[in-house]
Amino acid sequence: MSIEGALRYYLGTGIGKGVLRFERLRNEWRLRHRAPKTSSPFSPPLSTSPWLKELISRHYLTGRYADAHRKVAWVTSGAPVEFLKALGYYLLYPENHGAVCGIRRRGEELCQAAEEAGYSRDICSYARTDLGSLLSGRTPVGRLPKPDLLLCCTNICQTVLFWYRVLAAHFRVPLVIIDTPFIYSTAPAHAVDFVQRQLELGVETAERVAGRSIDPAELERVTRRSREAVELWMRVLERARHVPAPITAFDEFIHMGPIVEMRGDRATVDYYRALLATLDLRIARGTGALKQERIRLIWDNLPIWYRMRGLSELLARHGATLVASTYTNAWGELAALIDPSDPMRSAARVYLHPILNRGTGHKLDTIQRLATDYAAHGVILHSDRSCKPYSVGQMDQRERLSARGIPALLLEADHNDPRAFADEQAENRIQAFLEMIPS
Amino acid sequence: MNAAGIGVDAGSTVVKACAVTAAGSRIWQHVELTEPRLEEQARRIAALAREQAGAAPLVATGYGRKLVAGAERAITEITCHARGVFAELGSGGTVVDIGGQDSKVISVGADGSVRNFAMNDKCAAGTGRFLEVTAARLRLAVEEIGAMALAAAEEVPISSTCAVFAESEIVSLIARGAALEAIVRGLHRSLVARLASLVRSLGIVEPVALSGGVARNPAIAAFLAEALGCEVKLPEAPQLMGAYGAALLALD
Ligand code: SF4
Repeated sequence: MSIEGALRYYLGTGIGKGVLRFERLRNEWRLRHRAPKTSSPFSPPLSTSPWLKELISRHYLTGRYADAHRKVAWVTSGAPVEFLKALGYYLLYPENHGAVCGIRRRGEELCQAAEEAGYSRDICSYARTDLGSLLSGRTPVGRLPKPDLLLCCTNICQTVLFWYRVLAAHFRVPLVIIDTPFIYSTAPAHAVDFVQRQLELGVETAERVAGRSIDPAELERVTRRSREAVELWMRVLERARHVPAPITAFDEFIHMGPIVEMRGDRATVDYYRALLATLDLRIARGTGALKQERIRLIWDNLPIWYRMRGLSELLARHGATLVASTYTNAWGELAALIDPSDPMRSAARVYLHPILNRGTGHKLDTIQRLATDYAAHGVILHSDRSCKPYSVGQMDQRERLSARGIPALLLEADHNDPRAFADEQAENRIQAFLEMIPS
Repeated sequence: MNAAGIGVDAGSTVVKACAVTAAGSRIWQHVELTEPRLEEQARRIAALAREQAGAAPLVATGYGRKLVAGAERAITEITCHARGVFAELGSGGTVVDIGGQDSKVISVGADGSVRNFAMNDKCAAGTGRFLEVTAARLRLAVEEIGAMALAAAEEVPISSTCAVFAESEIVSLIARGAALEAIVRGLHRSLVARLASLVRSLGIVEPVALSGGVARNPAIAAFLAEALGCEVKLPEAPQLMGAYGAALLALD
């Protein structure tokens, strides 16, 4: 890494961070002094929102300059990243970048760019958004750093395997694959051994690329912070059990940025601690995220990134909101499995157990448990055209939930490709569903 | 309880309106094709209704429900059709509503409330539009094709439930010399097959009743009864069930 590169990195991120801090302070001031809109069905935004914005913007800002000075790895959302963090890598999550593109309504254009290059519309819209961004050079975050290493873990789907192979061919960099056998209940020891061995090989590759050896103490520290962040995240989610819920799943979809992208960082732990305190304050004051909460719902599957606001407003018009989701829950439910004193073994175990690497029965149980714990009136099952592993079994899940007295709606859409979403029809289904729920 | 209630069902193809007395009997009804300026049309129809029923509360339903000015509430067709058919037949069960733009299967509880529902995918398969498109391709009036299908001695299978693909399938069938009647019968069968699987996805709870404009096509009820293996009831005015249900809900 050159001196010039280091200069560009520290100067670019240094100035940028100053600007972002200024923006945060300004936004916080505005939030404190702006008169709340009386006509809005929502309470004012969470007071930590400007901080969150700063945190995420800073992450992408660092990314802009990262490859001039640091090693960069592109990783899948469910990848065991602690060893990369301990080696000082900057981590980029193409799926999260995809979500940012979705929220900023750039998904369609980028998917199209990938389709023009021959990628089928049946491929996950995250993969298409990412490849489209890569091929066209367009991104709403300014610039993405080039990877030195790719880490792909198949615990979420098989799509990532082929997607990352394309990336490896494109960037001509090493690809570490962690293959996770499918789990029906808990992982047998041989599966944990199998994953651990792959992790050890992965560490070797990552060390070679980084040109240094891993410091076990640092790995333990990162793992400890990961666990702390995951535990805090779970507590944040659990605050929504309160009636009225101080935070909705719509908020959580945005607030999950740090737990996915910056798990293992000190800043993430600090942020969630502050968020928790804000929620406790809301609970103490009896403030709900929605001013008049009447119907509490559970969401299954990824959010519809490009329609978050529209959906939350539609629900709010009927006094309804999302109080939990299997998606946000997936980032917290494994906290207990993380053991900082044995980072490699525990990583192998943790990363074998995400919801998408387990049977559909486990998901049904999770939904049911969420419905009970969060006093929900119903469930919206987002049938995501892109994410087959998440959507498979939803028909049966709907029936089984209904049979147990939990009304469920199957809503067809796609998390990042708006062409697979019909506004009028979705609204009709949701409204009919809400009319069905006795209140 | 109000003295009278008005329901306006602003559908994608047809606007239906209806007024009921406090006891729930229909005193007035009105049907016309949906115009591009739905808002104006709805205002005019609401005024017509008020001439009949006085200043009664109005509930709007259908795809254009948000465009009906002066409506106390906008309620989905699902809830309205369920209520209308329930009042007409006097019991819960399964309502199959075939509209111009979408089809729905509604499971209605013993108290007339919606228990569950399923709708066709985001396309014209299983909807009135499917018949309209394919009838137009055969240059037949949509009103005559039901009787034609029932009278046909033969049937050719149409494998597409997609309206666009069915159209091209028809073209090739005609080219191969298939009889028009046989194609029409096959088309109905294809539509009904789609509906029947929608019904089964919810579970058949008898009685099964049809509603919506397409229910006036006699082949639909006959074929659906065959496909489901149970009787399919037809209300007197299936097209009006949404507006009727809306008018009843206006009384609440
Ligand atoms: S298919 Fe599903 S799990 Fe896989 S990358 Fe796409 S959204 Fe993620």
